[in-house]
Amino acid sequence: MTNNPAVHKKEKLGARMTTGDKVFMVVVYALLSILMIVMLYPMVFVISASFSDPNLVATGQMLLWPVGVRTDGYEYILQYSEIWSGYLNTIVYTLLGTILNLAVTLPCAFALSRKDMKGRGFLMGIFMVTMYVNGGMIAGYLNVRSLGLLDTRGFIIINGAISVYNLIVARTFFSTTIPWELQEAARIDGCNDFQIFLKIVLPLSSAITVVLALYYGVGRWNSYFTEMIYLKDRTKFPLQLFLREILVQSSFAQQAMNSGQSFSAEQMMAFIKQAETANMIKYCVIVVSTAPMLIIYPFLQKYFEKGVMIGAVKG
Amino acid sequence: MQRTTTGGLSKSAPKRKLGKSILTSWQLYVMVLPALVYIIMFHYKPMYGIIIAFKDFSMRKGITGSPWIGFENFTRLFSSYWFPIIIKNTLTLSLLNLIVGFPIPIILALLLNEVGNGRFRKTFQTISYAPHFISIVVLCGMLVIFTNPTHGIINILLGKIGVESINFLGIAADFKWVYVLSGVWQEMGWGSIIYFAALSSVDKSLIEAADIDGANRLQKIWYINLPVLVPTIMVLLVLQFGSLLSVGYEKVYLLQNSTNLSASEVISTYVYKVGLQQADFSFSAAVDVFNSVINTTILLLANGISRKLTHTSLF
Repeated sequence: MTNNPAVHKKEKLGARMTTGDKVFMVVVYALLSILMIVMLYPMVFVISASFSDPNLVATGQMLLWPVGVRTDGYEYILQYSEIWSGYLNTIVYTLLGTILNLAVTLPCAFALSRKDMKGRGFLMGIFMVTMYVNGGMIAGYLNVRSLGLLDTRGFIIINGAISVYNLIVARTFFSTTIPWELQEAARIDGCNDFQIFLKIVLPLSSAITVVLALYYGVGRWNSYFTEMIYLKDRTKFPLQLFLREILVQSSFAQQAMNSGQSFSAEQMMAFIKQAETANMIKYCVIVVSTAPMLIIYPFLQKYFEKGVMIGAVKG
Repeated sequence: MQRTTTGGLSKSAPKRKLGKSILTSWQLYVMVLPALVYIIMFHYKPMYGIIIAFKDFSMRKGITGSPWIGFENFTRLFSSYWFPIIIKNTLTLSLLNLIVGFPIPIILALLLNEVGNGRFRKTFQTISYAPHFISIVVLCGMLVIFTNPTHGIINILLGKIGVESINFLGIAADFKWVYVLSGVWQEMGWGSIIYFAALSSVDKSLIEAADIDGANRLQKIWYINLPVLVPTIMVLLVLQFGSLLSVGYEKVYLLQNSTNLSASEVISTYVYKVGLQQADFSFSAAVDVFNSVINTTILLLANGISRKLTHTSLF
């Protein structure tokens, strides 16, 4: 892909590599190997810890591979109904939301990629302004409130229906990879613009469709702040909000207790209960919630690499 | 062909043709419509809502009914106890993130480009993208667990080499490093994709010429590969400057606790707490306005400087 013919030739010749170059390459490989370990270790640690005895993990007797193997954390999660309702909500929000994202972004990007569309520069401007200028959190909240969409699943799905960055990526894809002549020919054969998009362009655009689905999907799966602001009803919470309670809030509550801050007896009891549960399942919930993403992405790697490259071509 | 009004034709066509062109290609405008409606409803409409920053807003009277109070909210903001703190924290976190986090993906891409097209590079890339797919909640949960002063793996490992345990998230001065370094861990691999892709456009004959002239690897990286990246670097740098005051508040918010708040309260988390948790809408909208004005000013400045210096700019 890059300047490899030259590099390979050089490596084969070997003798032409100066001592300095050899030292340099050794340093490069060493550095990258260390980085790889640094990136991998926390993830391996979490997976191992999820199968280990929590007490052994907490006392530092588990450093890399599982110790005192047990699976009761996972068994507990199986009965933790809020995690599963959160999981279901996340799947629904991600699935419907991503479908909406594609249905809104792809046709819009196609239309704006058409050289013969009058006013497309102006329209593009309208979209791009929102990348840099916005009304802020408060005005956004009041707007959603005035529309009566607070605490609704509908808003969570509608929210972020289009990302202008993704719109630019898709538009660049359409205008650089779909031959204009093909669209002209289809029109002469009597296709209208809808038909050109659905029957000619879309079948040739599986790469960009996958890229956008991945970008939007990952964003929705991992989102928590919008949901935290706009949802009150726990039955509508996505997984990430329950994760926040288990992973972040309970730990800080625990630390606050240890530091001797004063709490009421009821608060103490609630904290202790929460903390006990959290200790048992914290590593397991990380694995359960993150595994889908980490399993899927290597298969889609070539697509999103392509996606970033399309995005790099200035829109 | 006759029915089309191509871009080439439109240049010389008289104005009255615009209406006709919209009529013949109405389907293109229909395709843009859903995205446009969303942008207007959820991005432009809230911009009108920011006028409450200049009003004494109450839910009962609504946006238009609330009385004007001029710049009172702003004078209150500028004289408030938290104002200098949130400005300092926001700038500290963004600038440190920029200084540490921005060059690393560039260096990584340059190094990765040296190691050839083999399995080592493929493996490295796959592993280095993985942290990007971990959600903010899980990342912060991992940080809270790992930095726990008694049970956290970081302190356990530090203990093994004789360093006394440190409560990283409980010490205000350490907060910025937890924030920035975890960001580097999560995004360096992903961030390098765009530079790595740009390196594929390096002119191979230049590398060969440099070989003949006896240039070593470092010289080739410095004089041939790095200059190719300059336009990409500048565009991304300008974008970063444009969001200098919008630090990753979703992450900051999760890592906040009562002991590190003096270093971790940033503009956006302050807006969220004052505005949505304490329902002081007008005041926090004023903070939002201040934030937007500064962000836009910095973006325009950075864009202008970049255009002057390197002839690369966003617009």
